[in-house]
Amino acid sequence: MNAKNKMSIADIVYNAVCGILFILFALVCVFPFYYLFICTISDPSLVEVGKIVLWPRGITLKNYIEVSRLPNLANATMITLGRTVIGTGSTLLITSYLAYFFTKTQMWGRKFWYRMVVATMYFSAGMIPVYLNNKMLGLLNSFWIYIIPGLVGVYNMILVKTSMEALPAELEESALLDGAGYLTRFAKIVIPLQKPILATVGLFSAVGHWNDFFTTQLYITKPKLYTLQFLLYEFQNQVKNAAAQINSASEAMGQGSTNIQPTGIRLTLTAIVIIPIMLVYPFIQKYYVKGVMIGAVKG
Amino acid sequence: MASARNNRSAIVRAGTKGKQWNRFKLFLYALPAIILVFLFHYLPLWGWSFAFFQYKPGKSLFDCVFVGWDNFTTLFGNVVMRRNLFRVLTNTFGIHFLGYLFSPLPLLFAVFLSEMRSRKFQKFVQSVTTLPNFIGWVIIYSLVNSFFSTNGLVNNILLEMGVISQPFNLMTSGEHVWIRMVLLQQWKNLGWSAIVYFASIAGIDQQMYEAAMMDGANRIQRIRYISIPMLIPTYFVLLIMSIGNFLNTGVDQYLAFGNALNKESIEVLDLYVYNLGIGSGQISFSVAVGIMKSAVALVLFGMANFASKKIRGTSVF
Repeated sequence: MNAKNKMSIADIVYNAVCGILFILFALVCVFPFYYLFICTISDPSLVEVGKIVLWPRGITLKNYIEVSRLPNLANATMITLGRTVIGTGSTLLITSYLAYFFTKTQMWGRKFWYRMVVATMYFSAGMIPVYLNNKMLGLLNSFWIYIIPGLVGVYNMILVKTSMEALPAELEESALLDGAGYLTRFAKIVIPLQKPILATVGLFSAVGHWNDFFTTQLYITKPKLYTLQFLLYEFQNQVKNAAAQINSASEAMGQGSTNIQPTGIRLTLTAIVIIPIMLVYPFIQKYYVKGVMIGAVKG
Repeated sequence: MASARNNRSAIVRAGTKGKQWNRFKLFLYALPAIILVFLFHYLPLWGWSFAFFQYKPGKSLFDCVFVGWDNFTTLFGNVVMRRNLFRVLTNTFGIHFLGYLFSPLPLLFAVFLSEMRSRKFQKFVQSVTTLPNFIGWVIIYSLVNSFFSTNGLVNNILLEMGVISQPFNLMTSGEHVWIRMVLLQQWKNLGWSAIVYFASIAGIDQQMYEAAMMDGANRIQRIRYISIPMLIPTYFVLLIMSIGNFLNTGVDQYLAFGNALNKESIEVLDLYVYNLGIGSGQISFSVAVGIMKSAVALVLFGMANFASKKIRGTSVF
């Protein structure tokens, strides 16, 4: 008790100084999202001249209505949702399928195959050979480029396998006596017990799918297959190119600026891409710590 | 008697045969997934052959001139090529080294936060600071743009306060690119990277702290003499592991933030390979650069693995 009282001043100072620092950093992490959001619901003309600081002004949904009129928005949303749902579902299935069979020590050549699979985490043929290969496999300008190359997530496979190995062997043995084959045991016994790790892996995979724009940049030229993130990236590029033209000064004013999306549209599209992440974030939170920990232990 | 023995050996033989078959059956089950890994990770190796030809897009590789190691020697022999390679390597190294300077930050973040009194406050700060990790670089570009472009929030406030008379444009500026990229990475990853340390702190024996308190150690001394030393091994393991990834920067961030004006200092090795191969169609050269990158990465990874073996007694692979 005495010692506690003696230290209380130091405690107060510590809590005050660190508390302020942490709150500042937390603000830096959250404020950009808040600011983006208030910009999208404020009067676009006020946003353009920088009159929005802490509160929305001239609240309007004009931006959102304008964005909903973008010709390929609905399509891009479908593609993004489609690849996220199909991609996550299929990678969960295939990844845990492979993980399950790698837990079977009797597998013929298991050590060799396992090492061969894990080695791909550390060694890559490189971006261009992978590109040429996917082109050869007919994945250029195809929706399946979003799905198939990522079907086996090697890192996730290790996570799931580690988790499966922690199951008591008796569980499967009892099912074996009932004559259940491997696939039945995988689907009916192992998978239902792996929900926490599968949730973790699935959420990581979903976020990865949602945030990816480089795959589109590399493999897709058909606007029908654009994702939301890529749409946003394209809009940003239009602005960059225009800025570069103005800066190079050789180009006359006003040229090429006609097809640039206004700031309000770009911000609103950003908000639309962020909102789903914000919505699932509270659920991710429950699981990501677990994922990081298993990863760190194995890593 | 004899027939019984025969019988038993027949059963044993059937048993081992069944076992053999079972071993192979397990492999057959896994085979489709292994084939997928082969298709997308090993099959691309055929693309390496492009580095040894003078490949022209649209032609078949068989119609192209075989040039042996010429593409590799040109990379170093040709002045422009050499300068470009040197430039992008400098960028990659510069950005990574600056990143390493910040690498103790997650450890300190976790230590200082876990010494805060209120659990609720800890949880709050943790969940808020982890959020940016889940945001893609294209979105981050949008956010940064709304703050730092010529009519962004920061410029407007500074202009209004009279601190500056002309808006500055951080987005297109070609100066201090490395540090800006690294600071953004910190913003995105700090909270996330701290999670490992939070978990390690939870694993530290509480009796150590109690004993230190009995001896009259104050909070700063407990941090200095218990928490930090206990976390240093984790720190070094993570640091060693990151060596294997030294040349892997990814392209997302640099593609999102790159433009004509900061290209010189933002183009990292991965982005260079992309620009060279896809942008300017120099497939052969970009594959050659990629091969060298893979080779160096393999050596780096071997070193990291060796160091890990020496230090913590287990290898990664």
